[in-house]
Amino acid sequence: MKKVNFRHSTSRQLLLSVAFLFSFTLFSFSQEGAAQDAPAQEQASAQSDDAGGAELGDPAAGKELFNSLCAACHKPYSESIGPALNGVTDRHDKEWIQTWISNSAAMVASGDPEAVEVYEEYNQTAMPAFPQLTESDVDNILAYVEQPKPEPQAAVAGAGGEAGGSGASGGVSVNVILGILVFVLAILLVVLFLVNKTLRNFASASGIALPEKPKRKPIWQSFVENQFLMVVSAVVVLLTVGYFAYGWMMQVGVDKGYQPIQPIHYSHRIHAGDNEIECKYCHSSARTSKHSGIPSLNVCMNCHKSISEVAPETATEEYSKEFYDKEIAKLYDAAGWDPATRTFSGDQKPVKWVRIHNLPDFAYFNHSQHVSVAGIQCQKCHGPIEEMEIVYQNAPLTMGWCINCHRETNIKIEGNEYYEKIHEELSKKYGVEELTAAQMGGLECGKCHY
Amino acid sequence: FAVISCQDKGDPNYQYMPDMYESVGYETYGEYDVFENGQEAKLPVEGTVARGWMPYEYQNNTMDAQEAKVKLTNPMLYTEDNYNNGKQLYTIYCAVCHGDKGDGKGILVEREKILGVPSYDDAGRAITEGSVYHVMYYGLNNMGSYASQTTIEERWQIAHYVMSLKDKLEGKPE
Repeated sequence: MKKVNFRHSTSRQLLLSVAFLFSFTLFSFSQEGAAQDAPAQEQASAQSDDAGGAELGDPAAGKELFNSLCAACHKPYSESIGPALNGVTDRHDKEWIQTWISNSAAMVASGDPEAVEVYEEYNQTAMPAFPQLTESDVDNILAYVEQPKPEPQAAVAGAGGEAGGSGASGGVSVNVILGILVFVLAILLVVLFLVNKTLRNFASASGIALPEKPKRKPIWQSFVENQFLMVVSAVVVLLTVGYFAYGWMMQVGVDKGYQPIQPIHYSHRIHAGDNEIECKYCHSSARTSKHSGIPSLNVCMNCHKSISEVAPETATEEYSKEFYDKEIAKLYDAAGWDPATRTFSGDQKPVKWVRIHNLPDFAYFNHSQHVSVAGIQCQKCHGPIEEMEIVYQNAPLTMGWCINCHRETNIKIEGNEYYEKIHEELSKKYGVEELTAAQMGGLECGKCHY
Repeated sequence: FAVISCQDKGDPNYQYMPDMYESVGYETYGEYDVFENGQEAKLPVEGTVARGWMPYEYQNNTMDAQEAKVKLTNPMLYTEDNYNNGKQLYTIYCAVCHGDKGDGKGILVEREKILGVPSYDDAGRAITEGSVYHVMYYGLNNMGSYASQTTIEERWQIAHYVMSLKDKLEGKPE
């Protein structure tokens, strides 16, 4: 008996001491992590403050004017439709700039040599007149564009990276803690095993016989001998097999969750979710046609003429900014657009998108009558598209799914002359105010299968 | 069941006797070897005119843009239906940059994705019905053409709505 007591106390002591040791190291580690955070943040905020000095006017007011009036054709530091504006005060004198902005076309027409030169250099694209800009407005804009190009790429990214790194170290430390815990447990197991083994050795050495368990009848044998249990388990097995066999057969030909890899990583999350672009902007034929078509590349280029790279804050942990920029480059390649010269080469390669939602050829589905006439939300059938980074099929698109919705959905009668008379007669026939698609004949074979 | 069914989400599921699943005819957007480039969608012959559609007679250049600005007028009547349709279409296609009020403060501008969207009451541009239609048809500089997404009538309805927004911005009564 005494020996048993002794065994308990040793193992407990060991456990306590090991746990104490590791908890101590843990504390010191987490403190280090917190200390690293603070200076990195300070550095980052200091970086953003000291950008630009102004002699000409107020760069903040100039930024607003520039963004609303000039940025369509000009960028401060790179060429766009018009020339880069940084350094323009070195190239031309201020009065010239003022007259040019208020009416450039008149200046070209009058034959001002500087003006004609600029006009010819930029493909004879006429700059619109801005008579509403006063001298101080122009000064503000000039102040904004003459700010030296900030160098965020290297410096701020470094600071950001550091801040991100220390932030991530919070995540890492959780992993480390878990790892240490696992390690401690493993050590404890080994220690207990060793203690047990030595004690058994002690026992046999000091001649104490350890009690042995008596042999019992094997459990499967007693199970087979019990007829009631056998019948019950046979029924259970049959039911389970039936359940899974039926379930397996019911999913043949159902593509719910189908998520192929597309040739260009197009993110609905960014376009429809973050930027709140209306669904029908790109899928415009959903309004008028049976097919809600995949937008052609001209729709992509409507916006991506001026958006050639994603914002750094768009990037996620999974997909970096470089990854997204490369995908936009793929779009330019397909459309034959050269972002450097801002011209189309005419060498187009259609993008081979993979179609996800497929109905067999013998079913007729028309988008426009569901979208425009019935006013069904896109999300009802296609799921939370605006949250999908990569699109998957949300609904099963089986016949039962279609019919179920036709039974539950009321027809949109208001504002539709076509339904006036039908509604009056049918609602009398069925004795109801609201008519579902099923009552209008939306379950007849010929409606969808001809 | 996903585990038992051997279905992979990267591939379509298997089918049982797909008799009439694949189309015999040519499907919209399909890819077929018989066509040049594999594309089922072919361009119509240039210069042909479909029923219910008329070509736009102004060319895409500065001179014609000026002419359209002065001469082109809206053939659609100023009715409530046209106005409401125009408003709906404007919200879909234009508001994302030009803003719901037409002041150039759409969500893409607010988020600084696209810059330089002017307000409709911009004096230097002084838009008219004709110029609005012309720009929607051809696009201008950084703005693309919207001729592929809208019909002739729809563009005029949008032009209606744009002009009413301009009036509102300038504080004119309707």
